[in-house]
Amino acid sequence: MKILITNGRVLDPAHGIDGSFDVLIENDRISKIAAGIEAADAERIDAEGCLVVPGLIDIHVHLRDPGFEYKEDIESGTRAAAAGGFTAVACMPNTAPVNDNKVTTQYIMQKAAQAGHAKVYPVGAITKGLKGESLAEMGDMKSAGCVAATDDGRPVVNGEIMRRALEYARSFDLPLISHAEDLTLVGDGVMNDGFVATELGLRGIPWVAEVAAVSRDVLLAEYTGARLHVAHVSTRGAVDIIRAAKARGVRVTAETAPHYFTLTEDAVRGYNTQAKMNPPLRSSDDLDAIRAGLADGTLSVIATDHAPHHFDEKNVEFNLASNGIIGLETALPLTLRLVEEGILSLSEAIACLTIGPAQALSLPGGTLEVGRPADVTIIDPEAKWTMDPEAGQSRSSNTPFSGWKLKGLAVFTIVDGRIIYRRS
Amino acid sequence: MAFNHKHILGIEQLSPEDITLILDTAESFKEISLRPIKKVPTLRGKTVINVFFEASTRTRTSFEIAGKRLSADTVNISASTSAVVKGETLEDTAKNLEAMKPDIIVMRHSCSGAPHYLAERCNFSVINAGDGAHEHPSQALLDILTMRQEKGRIEGLIVAIIGDITHSRVARSNVYALVKLGAQVRLCGPGTMLPPGIERLGAKVFNRIEDAVSGADVVMTLRIQQERQGKTMLPSLREYAMFYGLNAERLKLAKPDAIVMHPGPMNRGVEISSSVADGPQNVILEQVENGVAIRMALLYLISGGDKLEQSAQ
Repeated sequence: MKILITNGRVLDPAHGIDGSFDVLIENDRISKIAAGIEAADAERIDAEGCLVVPGLIDIHVHLRDPGFEYKEDIESGTRAAAAGGFTAVACMPNTAPVNDNKVTTQYIMQKAAQAGHAKVYPVGAITKGLKGESLAEMGDMKSAGCVAATDDGRPVVNGEIMRRALEYARSFDLPLISHAEDLTLVGDGVMNDGFVATELGLRGIPWVAEVAAVSRDVLLAEYTGARLHVAHVSTRGAVDIIRAAKARGVRVTAETAPHYFTLTEDAVRGYNTQAKMNPPLRSSDDLDAIRAGLADGTLSVIATDHAPHHFDEKNVEFNLASNGIIGLETALPLTLRLVEEGILSLSEAIACLTIGPAQALSLPGGTLEVGRPADVTIIDPEAKWTMDPEAGQSRSSNTPFSGWKLKGLAVFTIVDGRIIYRRS
Repeated sequence: MAFNHKHILGIEQLSPEDITLILDTAESFKEISLRPIKKVPTLRGKTVINVFFEASTRTRTSFEIAGKRLSADTVNISASTSAVVKGETLEDTAKNLEAMKPDIIVMRHSCSGAPHYLAERCNFSVINAGDGAHEHPSQALLDILTMRQEKGRIEGLIVAIIGDITHSRVARSNVYALVKLGAQVRLCGPGTMLPPGIERLGAKVFNRIEDAVSGADVVMTLRIQQERQGKTMLPSLREYAMFYGLNAERLKLAKPDAIVMHPGPMNRGVEISSSVADGPQNVILEQVENGVAIRMALLYLISGGDKLEQSAQ
């Protein structure tokens, strides 16, 4: 089985490669990257006008399986990933049962393998049942395939437990992912605290709720010498804390999500429950800081926080609506908008979706290397399309980007030399 | 001019001309409530449902009486008897009501934006009778009508609103209305009760009640609602009364002919002393009286009453 990708612009930020090359895939491996490759017996993909990049990796996805299959399951979620150009995703443990044990990890890995779409890297819980009380069996879960641990959806409230979790995870070189929120400051807030919340009469979540929690966890990472990855950064203050921590050598990486560099709290106006998420959409000042953080590498990862919810869970009063939006099929074009706007170079943008996330969680992939598994995404950066969630692959359609005119999409997604998505 | 709104969701959407039309219409209706037979046939055959998901005596009764004086058929539903307690969604409740062909739904709900939700999904008219901490348009309109009656104008008045602005829909609606009509609005309360950016609505913010009240034409005190404010907003009601309660001494700082307003229900001795609440400057019961007229005007205008009369002429 051979695939020859010709005429494309090969872009591999990890190796500084950017040029017109052909890519030859033999079986599950990349076998050659060069100009003018001849392979008569290969299936040819003409990538004229397209980018050929390492398979995109999304390290923050809620596949909702087991337990909430009416929102999404591993099959539909990884199909949506493939359609969005992602060859691999890391899935969060807030399922039912919680992925705080080897058996649940194994279930996720088996079901992902059966589905055969994007690769799935499970993320285990830090504490049993996400209760924040006692440590989950992180070593055993890592042996079973978990690549990190987090109580995502909730912070680890108790500082002592977070400290011990970091010390413990350090022994296994397992990164912990911080969902950074001081819940006492979040209170019963439902959107960003500020003028828009005042106007709408909605309870606010102040930015300091995130920054205080990021500060604690970054300092604990510094104190323990453990690896920390900060999830869904939404505030200027958190970017500043992480930038300073990186400068003094703390082992911290951080991600933001496309909605935090695309939308502000203004999207909530009209009580739009599709703009309700956690952390909430912030101010335009925060948005500027997030973009600056991406540009200077403080935020090395763009991750979607893909959070499918059923229609009914968003079709209620704003206060009662579930938090979160789907993101797998819009992340790429929204990231490419940053290139169009001059915030990131094309190479930097692709890095945030490939080598950045791979390094944050020490995942294989994220680069195009001869001899390595052939996870490759081919992108048509000029293709114009209108976002229609009903036409997407996710089981859910909760997105504030419905009807948006977007540019750029995946035309081929290849995992281990197998075409798992081909745009028709 | 004609009234071109299908819903009354908030003052924010109304123009100064709309507000003036509502006030003028209400004024013309006041007389009906003074007749021996307090009823006109204007809205005969119209069905008005008052859906109150949050407890209310004054507003609900006021809307009900307003509907009845215009001969509309009025029905009241309260949260305790509604299907909500059985787990029905707001949309399902609304669709069931819609199937009974009401003309107007008057709704109070603890969630900001709930009336907007209803207006987007149903074909009846919606009047917001208070949504969360967002708006309470009929209250602001009756407040403005009272001010206009007492002072002869709104433009140029200095209006001080004292209390928990953060959780107050009455404050927000009053700020919108007063700013649109050219009054100067002062907001005052402890820092925990002043929401971020509120001055961007066109009001001035004061920390001391003495400064806020000084030279005011109107002083409005808001109810301190312990059930909303929890433990973190105030150390005690005693301290609130010490620093923010309106008493006779502080009222002396206002203009000599200043009026005192309160949307009710009052906590005597907390946000307002009894001597002020019962004193000569209070217009609190005038507010209640005007409430019926304002709600008659809203039901009438929303039903297209002004257009019906114009076409008949």
